[in-house]
Amino acid sequence: MKVVKSLQLAIVAIASICLSQSASAQDNTLLGAGSTFVYPLFSKIFSEYDAAKHVKVNYQAIGSGGGILQLTNKTVDFGGSDAPLNEEQDKKIGVPVLHIPMASGAVVVSYNVPGVATGLKLSGKDLADIYLGKITNWNSPLIADANPGVKLPDLGIVVVHRSDGSGTSFIFTDFLTKVNEEWAKKVGKASAVNWPAGLGGKGNAGVEGLVKQTPGAIGYVELAYAIQNHMPFASVQNKSGKYITPTLETTTLSSNVTLPADSKVSLTNTDNAKGYPITSFTWALIYKEQNYGGRSAERAKQLLELMWYNIHEGQKDCAPLNYAPLSKSAVKVAEKILKSATYNGKAIL
Amino acid sequence: MDKNKRLDLSYSQMKWETIFKRILSVMSAIIVIVVAGVLITLVVESWPSIKSLGIGYLWGKVWDPVNNIYGAYPFLIGTLLTSFTALIISIPFSYAIAIYLGEYNPKGWLSDLLKNTIELIAAVPSIIYGFWALFVLVPVVRSLETKIHVAPYGVGVFTASLVLAVMIIPYAAALGTSLIRMVPSPLKEGAYALGATRFEVIRSVILPYTRSGLFAGILLSLGRALGETMAVTVLIGNTSAIANTFKDIFFGPGNTMASVIANEFAEADHALYLSALIELGLVLFFVTVIINLIGKRIITRYTNN
Repeated sequence: MKVVKSLQLAIVAIASICLSQSASAQDNTLLGAGSTFVYPLFSKIFSEYDAAKHVKVNYQAIGSGGGILQLTNKTVDFGGSDAPLNEEQDKKIGVPVLHIPMASGAVVVSYNVPGVATGLKLSGKDLADIYLGKITNWNSPLIADANPGVKLPDLGIVVVHRSDGSGTSFIFTDFLTKVNEEWAKKVGKASAVNWPAGLGGKGNAGVEGLVKQTPGAIGYVELAYAIQNHMPFASVQNKSGKYITPTLETTTLSSNVTLPADSKVSLTNTDNAKGYPITSFTWALIYKEQNYGGRSAERAKQLLELMWYNIHEGQKDCAPLNYAPLSKSAVKVAEKILKSATYNGKAIL
Repeated sequence: MDKNKRLDLSYSQMKWETIFKRILSVMSAIIVIVVAGVLITLVVESWPSIKSLGIGYLWGKVWDPVNNIYGAYPFLIGTLLTSFTALIISIPFSYAIAIYLGEYNPKGWLSDLLKNTIELIAAVPSIIYGFWALFVLVPVVRSLETKIHVAPYGVGVFTASLVLAVMIIPYAAALGTSLIRMVPSPLKEGAYALGATRFEVIRSVILPYTRSGLFAGILLSLGRALGETMAVTVLIGNTSAIANTFKDIFFGPGNTMASVIANEFAEADHALYLSALIELGLVLFFVTVIINLIGKRIITRYTNN
């Protein structure tokens, strides 16, 4: 009897803790969650937005997958994701979700080859073969072909990839899938894949540590991270056959192509001859129909105005933080998408 | 008047007695419920994976989220290998510290300094160990690997075990120290009176007397090593492929269950993937339980003899 009673009391105690947690939702703050990649940009834009319009935004950088889950559970007003919803996520949400491009980012290939400080050139196919473990030495004729005049050492290649599931890996493997058939068949694209070769580093910092320390290493990190940490990075061949050095300009150019109306597009291996080929949008995700879960029309309007601000005034914050601003065609598409959002079937903006 | 007061007092004493007892039992019940709740959640959440992958999950060697193929074998091996290697490296240190602080130098500034330093080892966040080792220890290991002719990655099972060993020393050392101090002095004095040296007293009085407690300390360390995540993730190389020779497995990159969960959980974007990761947690739970049961068995046997 006594045991049962104390068990009952304990359950009541635990339950009351849970209840008091969920009751503390905030009313006048817009909530967002998702991508860690876009977090520095969002925090800058949102603090300025608060100063200008007095609307607070609370964005939790929990990863794209987590952001989508939070949006599915309707606990946030918008999610942040580096990849569009996949089929399963789409099915789980069940209603139309708008993808609004916020900025674009590039993934760069960094390396540590003694004697080659800068200016290494790589074709997409060779890059995939390196990551497949097929090209194993820097003196391979395949790499030498792309780098006339560069003296490449006889040194084993140490492949470094991200160990944690991340949008960066998704963009990188998406590119490899498009340019190398064997990669597409054996490995595929995802935020975490079954890497055929190499070491995994945790986060951009983990990859940087391994690449900087290991002679012969090759790894991939976000452009912003590489610039801030003075890592050398390779020019990568794009669809038109040109070797493009990743910069904010070439990243923006990669999205200056004809975009589909829903902006759910993979930018890798872009058609733009001047664009860098390993790039992607990062999206904010919101429900198309904003009247759900007892939301007020006012809150919906606030959210849409915030998104509108992001794709216009907010874009000036991109470059100082090493994000590539949206291209002209991307802003146009984003405007149209925002105008399609509704409250009770009526357009909000 | 006088009598009544005393009666009141004993009433309130009685009341406190009941309340205190109730608090104690509720507290312990909460812990039991939490552990049971964790187990139930793990089973329920990993059910889709258990149903679709079956028992083959345990010895499947491929972990491929793109094609929904999941096998826990490489991570199971990685977890056990790092934990036991770390344990073997740490035992001499933790026993030496326990004996020194418990018997040779139980008081004084040197003893205090050493004790505080060891407590500090336990207080340092594990990510600090990870990144310290990544930038300091890894180059050292890499040059060692070049000398013994294995692929000079620097990171891998061996490096992770070294750092794990340092991290788990305080647990066995602290428990050992307090147990050795608790050995009744009549026992030791008797041995000394018979002409035993200090070493002989330690070997034939103190160690046999504290054996089960010292072993419990090791179990505590092992439990910590099994679940350690961040430092290991940074250092182990995170490769799910298993090498062919033991030398390559030991010095080469590997992966543990805890680090796979930490790495991939946040971005697991389909149901079976998420469920397979949670099943890894369930396997880790059972590994810990099994090792603890075996440990308890060994302790009882030692104590009976």
